[in-house]
Amino acid sequence: MYSKKLMDHFTNPRNVGEIPDADGVGMEGNPTCGDAMKLFIKVENDKIVDAKFQTFGCGAAIAVSSMITEMAKGKTLAEALSITKESVADALDGLPPQKMHCSNLGADALRKAIEDYRSKHSGVAGEAGGNSCYCGA
Amino acid sequence: MRYFDHVATNPLLPEVLDAMMPYFKEQFGNPLSPYDLGIAAKMAIDDARQRVAELINAKAGEIAFTSSGAEANNFALKGVALAKQQSGNHIITSKAEHHSILNTARSLEKLGFVVTYIPVDKEGLVDPKDVEKAITKDTTIISCAHASSEVGTIEPIKEIAAIAKAHKVTFHVDSVAAVGAIPVDVAELGVDLLSMAAHQFYGPKGAGALYIRGGQRIVPLIYGGIQENGRRAGTENVPAIVGMGKAAELAKRDLTSRMEHVRKLRDKIIDGIGRVENVHLTGHPQNRLPGHASFVVEYIEGEGMLLMLQAQEIVAASGSACTSKALKASPVLTAMGVPSSMAHGSIVFSLGIANTEEDVDALIEELPKIIRRLREISPFGKGGWGKLEPEVEH
Repeated sequence: MYSKKLMDHFTNPRNVGEIPDADGVGMEGNPTCGDAMKLFIKVENDKIVDAKFQTFGCGAAIAVSSMITEMAKGKTLAEALSITKESVADALDGLPPQKMHCSNLGADALRKAIEDYRSKHSGVAGEAGGNSCYCGA
Repeated sequence: MRYFDHVATNPLLPEVLDAMMPYFKEQFGNPLSPYDLGIAAKMAIDDARQRVAELINAKAGEIAFTSSGAEANNFALKGVALAKQQSGNHIITSKAEHHSILNTARSLEKLGFVVTYIPVDKEGLVDPKDVEKAITKDTTIISCAHASSEVGTIEPIKEIAAIAKAHKVTFHVDSVAAVGAIPVDVAELGVDLLSMAAHQFYGPKGAGALYIRGGQRIVPLIYGGIQENGRRAGTENVPAIVGMGKAAELAKRDLTSRMEHVRKLRDKIIDGIGRVENVHLTGHPQNRLPGHASFVVEYIEGEGMLLMLQAQEIVAASGSACTSKALKASPVLTAMGVPSSMAHGSIVFSLGIANTEEDVDALIEELPKIIRRLREISPFGKGGWGKLEPEVEH
């Protein structure tokens, strides 16, 4: 049910861990839903120079987390914000349909991390509130 | 492959397949046909019925073959509720039932029946006193699982049966996970109906049965010809029924040794995995299926464990939402009050006769490593669940 590429990112996830002095942190999902992701970014000259993650969730959630950190690294913030759930899924050679909502938290977590960075650096709070949990829990 | 998912299904025993083969080939007759070919098929079914009856200490005429355990459960609940609807419209079951009971009960609610869902305690046990309190003058049937395939707990069936009898309410038991795993004697238990499935005791898929105590009123699910004494129409699945008969014969013969074999391995798993930090045994510690060890592992999710175990050629099950097609946490764990965040870390090992000591050693070696690896990836664990304290779902 999972692609080879997804299984590779699940089995050997890239960029696992915390960045203690992260410039931005984004949290998406919650453990009641079954998937929760914390994404850390390091920003220099408007560019994401490092990204790490911690994820509680199924194989797809972990692979998505690994992939989004890979995709985000080296991108400008504007470029990173254009990453969508669909582009993460495509980069993993697809996600099973039932995993598209629940486990595809990467793009939202990244957006929140960038908003966190911007709010810290501009003093203006981002709009990334709430929690988009689709599981009905 | 090290197979620890016998609650999902069992492999077919070679003797069972051998018994079935002629009925796929030369003995292809329709049991209703009056000539020799048909008569041979009819005799084979009757023989299988006798063997299934003997496994649970029933009479052959009290066994109706079905296509599955789920069909037997549907048949029991709907068949009795509809047959007795003149005398009442109230049904009692528990919150920790299999979907084939819960969803049938819900379908009956849509038809105007009233269903009481009895809670279970944190070990998955139904309290017979709760059942008694729920009985009203309109109650026609009580249905309860004999043993849970998810948490292994064996319910106090005899006590509930006595209560049902005292109140003249029909009592159905979903014994799909129990028949072939523990001794099941319908006379001793005092039940009116009992569901079973052949593939749970090394028989084929596509064969189940409902024990219907002599004199019990029930209407069919499937109308048509006079097969199964008019209780279930449709040309019989002769090879599968023959296989179920053979599997029942072997289960009766070998039950004690099978139980001893899996119990030893189960206890080793409970001891070995249960000692990992923040891993909790689910279900009752003593009153549980001899081949069943189930846990919730905090801070990680079940599907990840299953995928990593599979990479080590180890196969198990999980009641986590992600592993279910419905993406909902197991109703059994939810009914037991396990917070859904923890229910996501459900993992279930169910043993069979082919499992070895080496299988269990490999599991006890690999699983703690996998748990550690997934916890390294998880944001939870070091500070517990952090500010995301798990909530109990109601």
